Amino acid sequence: MIELDRLCKRFDGVRAVEEVSLRVERGELLVLLGGSGSGKTTTLKMVNRLVEPSSGRVCIAGRDSRDWPAHELRRRVGYAFQQVGLFPHMTAAENVGITPSLLGWEAGRIRRRVDDLLARVGLEPARYRERRPHQLSGGQQQRVGLARAIAAEPELLLLDEPFGALDPLTRDRLQHTFQEIRRELGLTAIFVTHDMTEALLLADRIAVMNAGRLVQVGRPQDLLRSPADAYVAELMATPRRQADAVERLLGPGAS
Amino acid sequence: MAEQLALLPGYLTAHLQLTLTALSLGALVSVPAGIWIARRPRLEPALLGLASVIQTIPSLALLAIMVPTLAGLGALAAALFGVELRSIGFLPALAALSLYSLLPILRNTVTGIGAVDPALVEAARGVGMTDRQRLRRVELPLAMPVIVAGIRTAAVWVVGTATLSTPVGATSLGNFIFSGLQTRNHIAVWVGCAAAAGLALLLDRLIHALESGARRGSRLRLAAGLAGLLALFAYTGASLALERLHAPERLVRIGSKTFTEQYVLAEILGQRIAERTGAAARPVPSLGSTVAFEALRAGEIDLYVDYSGTLWATIMKRRTRGDRASILDEVGRYLREEHGVALLGALGFENRYALAMRDDRARELGVRRIGDLARVAPGLEIGGDYEFFHRAEWAALVEAYGLAFAGQRSMDSSLMYQAVAGREVDVISAFSTDGRIAALGLVLLEDDRGAIPPYDAIVLGRPHLAEERPRVVEALTGLLGRIDAERMRRMNLAVDRDGREPAEVAREFLAGLRSGRGSRSSR
Repeated sequence: MIELDRLCKRFDGVRAVEEVSLRVERGELLVLLGGSGSGKTTTLKMVNRLVEPSSGRVCIAGRDSRDWPAHELRRRVGYAFQQVGLFPHMTAAENVGITPSLLGWEAGRIRRRVDDLLARVGLEPARYRERRPHQLSGGQQQRVGLARAIAAEPELLLLDEPFGALDPLTRDRLQHTFQEIRRELGLTAIFVTHDMTEALLLADRIAVMNAGRLVQVGRPQDLLRSPADAYVAELMATPRRQADAVERLLGPGAS
Repeated sequence: MAEQLALLPGYLTAHLQLTLTALSLGALVSVPAGIWIARRPRLEPALLGLASVIQTIPSLALLAIMVPTLAGLGALAAALFGVELRSIGFLPALAALSLYSLLPILRNTVTGIGAVDPALVEAARGVGMTDRQRLRRVELPLAMPVIVAGIRTAAVWVVGTATLSTPVGATSLGNFIFSGLQTRNHIAVWVGCAAAAGLALLLDRLIHALESGARRGSRLRLAAGLAGLLALFAYTGASLALERLHAPERLVRIGSKTFTEQYVLAEILGQRIAERTGAAARPVPSLGSTVAFEALRAGEIDLYVDYSGTLWATIMKRRTRGDRASILDEVGRYLREEHGVALLGALGFENRYALAMRDDRARELGVRRIGDLARVAPGLEIGGDYEFFHRAEWAALVEAYGLAFAGQRSMDSSLMYQAVAGREVDVISAFSTDGRIAALGLVLLEDDRGAIPPYDAIVLGRPHLAEERPRVVEALTGLLGRIDAERMRRMNLAVDRDGREPAEVAREFLAGLRSGRGSRSSR
């Protein structure tokens, strides 16, 4: 479905991403996992050309991403931003309907789509449609951001730590909402996170990045069972370590 | 008061024409330029710097500079395209005010667009907007409050600065202020200031209502702002169009400089012409001294009164001395041959540059002539109008008498007399026909060495006036030689001390002339 072929990015001579090659199948969710500065966000942005690759290429459904003008490519690829990036002068409905309107959908179709999506992300349309971003909580804003990313029925969805800034409960609820929608709509997605637990919960496959390079790609259980190097091993051990720490705190017989 | 309020609609309309046109031009240039600059961060300092430099030019100077600049451009345009540009009046004021409105709008546009959150810019790209869509749908709407704030600042500045366009020959609310200050008519000054302040406030509120209405989705505010602005623009456009249709072909335009005597004389000429020919006269008041001559030469005004010595010294740059008649002859020949300007004749009196002191002070120091002054000058301070110390007459005085004062101060001519009467300075440069000399107990010092040239008041006509409007020239011949210095002094005093209108004083003089009481020149 989509293929990253030896993608490289240098910023003023500094190598941010090196030789990253990946395949994501239709309907699959691939998590790009890594610490800050690992190159995962840059790799994601090269997919829809928010960052132009220094070398290498991206193919979507067999076509080179440079075959389209950048803005047309981006209308076919949904994007949920880390900082949400809702337009403050537009209502929730206008924000969700932005890409469909750029594609020239007629008003009625946009309205139905927006209401459907608001309902799916758990925001009752009648109540939230006309609200402006500053009238929404952080979690609600992120829900609108998610709805905006999938509004134009994209072939591919890119998500850059979309739940990063939320409190744990809200994050948990949104992760579930997201999983439901993804399954229902059969979305293909690349999901960037540095949160190991999130990666394990959501991913069909995980690609671990470190210092601009791809370290290992595989199903969560493959990575847990046979980490490629010490970095992956340590990363994979974090959820278990945290679980153990919680266990110890509760003490024997606490449950 | 009623007399001043009667002038208000005309001046206010002219003021609106100037400011709205300048503001529209400024915004039409600055907003796109600001958008262009915002996309090119490397050019930003240079271009904003240029706009700032324009801003630092004092507004009065910027207006004044526009006159020779436009004259130069006009000559070029005439040579290249056969187009005539007017260098006096509406155009120079419009050019200066438009330039003046650039900076606030430009700066706020650049700042407003630059201040849009980079995350939103990336989001706009991410959802698939082209550069143009991003500008129109995201950056401009978000920058709009800042851009509009710039337009509001520019509006207030332009409305205020437009009052300074009177000396370049553009009618504005400034006409109240300039002539009011000179003729000590405080009501006129107040009317001008209040109207300008009111207009600035109104424009500011309307633009604000329009913007905040649009931003907050308040239909009422939006409609109020829009309706108000549209009404102002429609009125201004209609008034401009009407003026074009009724081009004032038959109007006789009479210039005057910025002092009382000039206002009175312009009224006398205008009323006389109206009375004799039926042609309406339009005053073009409060022109800068050389602006008036340039305007006449260029045919922007038909007539004005100047003084032989002024032309001798400042236009002809002569330093030699001569008697009244020979200088008058020479000036007349020079004007005709060099500029095609007609010297229609002398009015009969002289208004000399002279030195004046308090009578008691002069007596105490034993000063009667300028020759006596040289001895005591090192202990005295002299005040002069803005021009005086740069004029050839001052250089001639210093040279002829070896004057060296302890200090010299430039001030507005309307304040000089009070300054010497109040002992702020000891000596002032005075005009010999000024009514305040007698009223304030001042004496004129005799120019015993004849350093200052004669200053016959002379009526000048633009090139070809005599051929095109012979009746106008004819109407004025009856005035020549009919105003003596004493009469002029009394008329000046009537305005300066008694607060009477120049028009009224002129009417009385002409009535006297008709009934034969007009005085023949005694000299």
